[in-house]
Amino acid sequence: MAIVLPRTGPPHRLGEVWAGARDSLPMLVGAAPLGAIFGTLAVPSGLSRGGALAMSLIVFAGSAQFIALTLLAGGAGLAVILLTTLVVNLRHALYSATLLPHVAGLRQRWRIPLAFWLTDETFAVMLRRYRAGDASPYKHWYYLGSGLSMYVNWFIWTLAGLVLGSSLPRLESLGLEFAMAATFTGIVTPMLRDRPMLGAALAAGAAALAGRGLPYKLGLLLAALAGVAVGVVLERRRAT
Amino acid sequence: MNARELALIAGMTLVTFLIRYSFFALGERLAFPPLVRQALRYVPAAVLTAIVVPMVLLPDGVHWQVTWRNPWLLGALASGLIAWRFNHLLASIGGGMAVYFLFRLVLK
Repeated sequence: MAIVLPRTGPPHRLGEVWAGARDSLPMLVGAAPLGAIFGTLAVPSGLSRGGALAMSLIVFAGSAQFIALTLLAGGAGLAVILLTTLVVNLRHALYSATLLPHVAGLRQRWRIPLAFWLTDETFAVMLRRYRAGDASPYKHWYYLGSGLSMYVNWFIWTLAGLVLGSSLPRLESLGLEFAMAATFTGIVTPMLRDRPMLGAALAAGAAALAGRGLPYKLGLLLAALAGVAVGVVLERRRAT
Repeated sequence: MNARELALIAGMTLVTFLIRYSFFALGERLAFPPLVRQALRYVPAAVLTAIVVPMVLLPDGVHWQVTWRNPWLLGALASGLIAWRFNHLLASIGGGMAVYFLFRLVLK
């Protein structure tokens, strides 16, 4: 007689995909107004409809897309926009390095799409999934679920903004963006269990406030580096 | 879509992807030295805090709102407290959003 073991958690690929999409739900809700605003602003900023869709489809980087619109409307040249895209997205290199140990064993055909889908939101959700104690061999399928759902969502809301434009109800006035803040807070708080980690977070928060006037998300990048430096220093001091 | 726009989008795609793929590309060929490994452990807490703190304390991006009349601040505090006490993400998000929307209604 076969023994059926009770299942705990989703041990299967599709279960992981579903869990990744489900756990990204607050982020999907939070990103919706942004996608719609991007779609609405694209044509008035000088981008064609096809261009706006292509951007959401193959660039897939919210902040960079918004900044590109602003620069386009201001008549900036190609080189300036590309350089700005580079600076705005530099923080993703930090995410890429942080997640590397978890994806290093995957084949290229996995690492390429997962890199494409590496956003702030999926990074946050994956941190939590990779920290979970279970030894599921399919955590990259969870990543797929999060990335794919964020991707489809971003495209649909861009399209909605393009097609419906100003006739779309003012989603941004609903306060849906708070869902993102709540999720990031819920993910980060349990990490702050020891002094170096808490120090890193406090330093990063303070630096982000101090650098909030800097353009192109540079404040965020510098704040992350400041937090990391403080964390390392505190950890070393404790060790000696 | 004209040629200029095509170049713009192709360029942005390339730049964005190469940054995201930078470390993933290396796979198992890259072993970080101990100092880098130690430093990377602090990236999550540092980045997430750096994203959230300005959002919550200056919701409009310009004006400080360190008061109980700021639903962003109250909602985030609720999320943080629930996450800290119960380590349950869904409850933390739900609780934070409940507080946020409640105070938006009350303070309107």
